[in-house]
Amino acid sequence: MEVLKIATAGSVDDGKSTLIGRLLYDTKSLTDDKLEAIERTSKQKGYDYLDFSLATDGLVAEREQGITIDVAHIYFSTATKSYIIADTPGHVEYTRNMVTGASTSQAAIILIDARKGVIEQTNRHFFINNLLRIKDVIVAINKMDLVDFSEDAFNDIKADFEELMDKRDYQDQKITFIPVSALKGDNVVNRSQSMDWYKGQTLLEHLEELDLQDIYNVGTPRFPVQYVIRPKTEEFHDFRGFAGKVYGGELSVGDEVVVLPSMTRSKIKAIYFYDTEYQTAPRRSSVTITLEDEVNVSRGDMLVKVGDLPIVDKQLTATISWMDSNQLTVGGKYVLQHGVNKALAKVDAIDHKIHPDYSGIEENVSSLNMNDIAKVRLKLNKPIFYDKFKEHRTNGSFIIIDSRTNHTAGVGFIE
Amino acid sequence: MSTLAEEIKKPKTINSADRPSANALEHEAIYIIREVAAQFEKPVLLFSGGKDSITLVRLAQKAFWPAKIPFPLMHIDTGHNFPETIEFRDKLVEELGVELIVRNVQDSIDQGKVVEETGKYASRNMLQTTTLLDAIEEFKFDACIGGARRDEEKARAKERIFSVRDDFGQWDEKNQRPELFDMLNGQIEMGQNVRVFPISNWTELDVWSYIQKENIEIPSIYFAHKRNTFLRDGLIWSAEDGVVFRAEDEKVEERIVRFRTVGDMSCTAAVESHADTIDKVVSEIRDSKISERGARIDDKRSEAAMEKRKQQGYF
Repeated sequence: MEVLKIATAGSVDDGKSTLIGRLLYDTKSLTDDKLEAIERTSKQKGYDYLDFSLATDGLVAEREQGITIDVAHIYFSTATKSYIIADTPGHVEYTRNMVTGASTSQAAIILIDARKGVIEQTNRHFFINNLLRIKDVIVAINKMDLVDFSEDAFNDIKADFEELMDKRDYQDQKITFIPVSALKGDNVVNRSQSMDWYKGQTLLEHLEELDLQDIYNVGTPRFPVQYVIRPKTEEFHDFRGFAGKVYGGELSVGDEVVVLPSMTRSKIKAIYFYDTEYQTAPRRSSVTITLEDEVNVSRGDMLVKVGDLPIVDKQLTATISWMDSNQLTVGGKYVLQHGVNKALAKVDAIDHKIHPDYSGIEENVSSLNMNDIAKVRLKLNKPIFYDKFKEHRTNGSFIIIDSRTNHTAGVGFIE
Repeated sequence: MSTLAEEIKKPKTINSADRPSANALEHEAIYIIREVAAQFEKPVLLFSGGKDSITLVRLAQKAFWPAKIPFPLMHIDTGHNFPETIEFRDKLVEELGVELIVRNVQDSIDQGKVVEETGKYASRNMLQTTTLLDAIEEFKFDACIGGARRDEEKARAKERIFSVRDDFGQWDEKNQRPELFDMLNGQIEMGQNVRVFPISNWTELDVWSYIQKENIEIPSIYFAHKRNTFLRDGLIWSAEDGVVFRAEDEKVEERIVRFRTVGDMSCTAAVESHADTIDKVVSEIRDSKISERGARIDDKRSEAAMEKRKQQGYF
């Protein structure tokens, strides 16, 4: 079955958890015991409605404060698809969680409170989804029940949002507006009885129709080698298999390949998945590849097709989203992890900081704080093999590790 | 370079013999298991004999074939396991030809490190944590692969795929490393270790469907069978083997039951079921209105029971 990962973003009190709870409830994904727990706790708190956020806010601090702190993953399925929702908190200080949730998602839902309209937070949520090149974005205008299900209110917000769309970098992003009331269940799974003026799809109808072929990253095949399999048994005495996941395109037996960084050429001899040989390794499959020639290949190397070489360079410019409480500083040294490959990186310069609310850039910056986004130039101790992020989501991104703390301190999108 | 438009125009090959099945969750799990073998010096797979860890073993076989699984399995034995599970475990390990390490909660009790709970709800489930942490230290394991899933419980839903634990095995839920794209950061300091959850994104139904499709053997207690049982708090408990405390007024009756999870006997209740084949189990799970952990008394202790256990180093 197809798996669709969706990131949700909204500000505090936009009703994000309620929307997810509503999706679970109306698709009958909540089991009786979970539902009973929600009913019990809602009653204890004196609510006259079901507080679905109790189904998603998993940490004590979250339930105490009534907010979502960390990315939570929620699962439900329909007859056609399995869904994974990365529920990301919307406060300014949790930008890093939004970037994280969006990085593994193929679609995103941005929530807007119909009473408040487009606010600074909305700009940020849109900016991040656009920066991460999420192919399909749904703008769910929520709490329509509190604005009398007014078509004018919906259209005003839509017009405000469309102004933002002119400023975006990734123009091919598909954006769909849906008026909903998560609390009452309008246009989430079931069609609203109160908004006859809306002729579009409900949220779930839209998600059900998304074609993953369209929204998965596509490009040229890249095969970063994770692990070398050498069984050293009687039967497989000379077996040297290169284990890894195929990204961007597919590889087939007989394909002429180049091994990076050695630039050695060979041909794909066999493709294994478990104990079976296959002709082709499709995108995102974890396979084991053997080559015709005895080539020296180790973890971090990459197989690519002849004629489809990535950029091989020791320096790069990237948009970086900083996620650590320790600052990034010019001259600072970090470990750069690009897929399964690692290099040492030195921050050469910060070109400028980018305000993620579309309010412009800031020059003459010498350090970055948590949640800052900036264009940064890096120098590496050895060449890596990359593509531009806009051409290859996987091979165009990297993480930055602070070796003093081992924390994942930031993520970069290569220009 | 092919553009997106060209890519879409290409015919979709649907000849399944030509290419491996497109189970995204399976390919993701294999990728994660390979990262563990590549990034850590002393990984171990935590094996309970339950369906999730049996699934992990199959995924690990797939990840490294034709080589053997390059790390041992470890069972933290509460001493309250269903005998069927232990039999099954030993047979599987022999077939795989991998090393099995067993560490016993009973030993931790005998050494006075933990005290056995008493009374009606006594369970050894909590005590496992001490035995697990001691074993991690004894063998200097730097990565422990486990079969936990995010859909099981809402604190688990916040768990990372690579989850860093400190010297005391503690989970710092507010200071977790962000996980971006497919990139897994396994860099740790001496003394720290990482809990790895390759089937994080699977649901209970995904696991059962996989077992069905792969034709994986699982212990017999997962299938409907006759068992002497008694009722307490609306749950069905095993009255066999003398492990679960039973008050005198709790009447023993034979019922047709099966187990949906196989933890410590003292905290795992049975469900009434006639599903005696894998196909019937899969359709039962698909139609079920009760969650998997609904029969786990350890989660019912409080709203935050799992989060608290995890902070203390629970798996």
